[in-house]
Amino acid sequence: MREKASNSYRNLPDDNGRFGIHGGRFVAETLMPLVLDVEKSYHAARKDQSFLSELLYYQKHYIGRPSPLYFAERMTAHFGGAKLYFKRDELNHTGAHKINNVLGQALLAKRMGKTKIIAETGAGQHGVATATACALFNLECEVFMGAEDVRRQKPNVDRMRLLGAKVHAVTSGTSTLKDAMNEALRYWVANPDTHFYIIGTVAGPHPYPEMVRDFQSVIGIETREQITEAEGRLPDALIACIGGGSNAMGLFHPFLDDEEIEIYGVEAAGHGLDTDQHAASLTGGSPGVLHGNRTYLLQTPEGQIKDAHSISAGLDYPGIGPEHSWLHDIGRVNYVSATDEEALRMFQLCSRLEGIIPALEPSHALAFASTFLPKMAADKIVVLNMCGRGDKDLEAVLPLLDERGLL
Amino acid sequence: MTTRIAQCFEAAASKNRAVLGVFVTAGDPDAQTSAALLDSLVENGADFIELGMPFSDPMADGPAIQAASIRAIKAGMTLQKTLDMAAGFRQRHPDTPLILMGYFNPIYIYGQDAFIRAAKEAGVDGLIIVDLPPEEDVELCDAAREAGLSFIRLVTPTTLGDRLPVVIEKAGGFVYYVAIAGITGTKSAATDSIRSAFTRLREETDLPAVAGFGIRSAEQANEVATIADGVVVGSALVQKIEDAVGSGDDKKLIADVGRFCASLSAAMQRK
Repeated sequence: MREKASNSYRNLPDDNGRFGIHGGRFVAETLMPLVLDVEKSYHAARKDQSFLSELLYYQKHYIGRPSPLYFAERMTAHFGGAKLYFKRDELNHTGAHKINNVLGQALLAKRMGKTKIIAETGAGQHGVATATACALFNLECEVFMGAEDVRRQKPNVDRMRLLGAKVHAVTSGTSTLKDAMNEALRYWVANPDTHFYIIGTVAGPHPYPEMVRDFQSVIGIETREQITEAEGRLPDALIACIGGGSNAMGLFHPFLDDEEIEIYGVEAAGHGLDTDQHAASLTGGSPGVLHGNRTYLLQTPEGQIKDAHSISAGLDYPGIGPEHSWLHDIGRVNYVSATDEEALRMFQLCSRLEGIIPALEPSHALAFASTFLPKMAADKIVVLNMCGRGDKDLEAVLPLLDERGLL
Repeated sequence: MTTRIAQCFEAAASKNRAVLGVFVTAGDPDAQTSAALLDSLVENGADFIELGMPFSDPMADGPAIQAASIRAIKAGMTLQKTLDMAAGFRQRHPDTPLILMGYFNPIYIYGQDAFIRAAKEAGVDGLIIVDLPPEEDVELCDAAREAGLSFIRLVTPTTLGDRLPVVIEKAGGFVYYVAIAGITGTKSAATDSIRSAFTRLREETDLPAVAGFGIRSAEQANEVATIADGVVVGSALVQKIEDAVGSGDDKKLIADVGRFCASLSAAMQRK
């Protein structure tokens, strides 16, 4: 699935699951045998043609891959400057990129003989994707979701329940995504023999960051082919939003060794980086250890984890995948940020100009594009990952747009 | 050189007793009460103390110890204050082993070398760091051992197979058997499974071995005391703190917890 070259940005993690100082396997002893088992099984599966064929089959016929690469002509004209393409992963079954990873892990769980699945979810997109795959493969599904998010994202909770999943409302800590992940890990510790934990982003103990990246890399692999077909060459820049960072890693990873391509990851700046209310772990955090890996975290000077804030529940996490932390350290990827307010305006603008209602998450990527594209010449090409659709956000967003006279 | 931990186990064995270890979170419900609580625990027969270093996201702990961490952090507890509390304890109790238990991030932020130095100076005997398995020994374990701190390993029901030698290779002090598959304080441990686990442990190591996680009463502690070299009680004790916090009466809190500790200590005597 990935090439090995000594002068490549694409040959990590090492055998200990490290990306530079980041990554690793910082888990309780109860989980170590499970994590090692997942690693062994995944490394065997990714070399197994029958596993890969089955994954391809479901990618094509169930998810609807390849997702289109679409030239956003009106947004391009509006911003002025480089040509903007959308990689349309919001058209996937269940409405986001999350399903790419979930199907891979669910097939792996089946292959390992596991019959029960655990997942954490913030906005509910990963929970819905997991509940969907569990219905498809006849697996029991338990989703852990912060009680606060259960309240904020009721439509997704309803979808999960309809799909047959049991949704646990987590009331520990701050009742949001990080606590849901704590609780999912605790549940896994208590049920090690029967359950497989499907982590939704490129974080957690090794091999999850690598495995989730590999399953999401289909985004970048398709993009390479599609842009070459459309433009006869590779793009000049890539843009994607980052919470944990799975959609971004999926787009970026196949392009990392094309050094002439500029890559931008957009974190959620919430109310602003100068406030305490943001979710920008790279620009506003420091390295630490949480949820099985070392990575940039929002934390106090004493090493207690802080709450993140973003208008987008999918970006509302105080950490980030360890490979992003490494790419940040070595400077291969540029990490920037966009505020709640900027994302809201793009949510409306993209709906009006392209007839595409973006999720709040990629609205952050659009916000960066709005300042970046005008600085580039008209013959430059930029690909932005439209990683999810905004239907789920309407309830939260519409009153805010109304207040701003944008409806 | 015999360590405090080794002496503690030898002394108990000579009296046909198991060792009683008790867990409390440093700074729960506040620094002053917490220090007084440690004194009361020693007076009421605790043979060693496991002092929890509060962390915002204690992944392997159940509701009781999570709540204790939150209470302590809210009351201003930090790793530095935990180390200060350890130093104070050591002055008052020169012989009682003191083990710091917690998660890696606060230590990583404090700085591993600085932490090891400070822990040594404070008179800490051992460390239990829940999220540092042997695969991450370079992070802390190797340097801690070199400095003479015992790096105490958790052995779990999932570890008992091929993995056991890996886990206890660098183990120091004693081996801590996690008697349930699960987080602290959520299930009751089954005596039969502890018995077979200890048979396996004794094949693999000469270190003393204790059982903890899921031991909630004096009766249960008494049963386990016939199998293990020691018994650790944490959540059940921390729960008593939580129950008493509501009353706002620190003296009652210390008395309640002390009484419970005394009943556990009596249960350590084998017949």
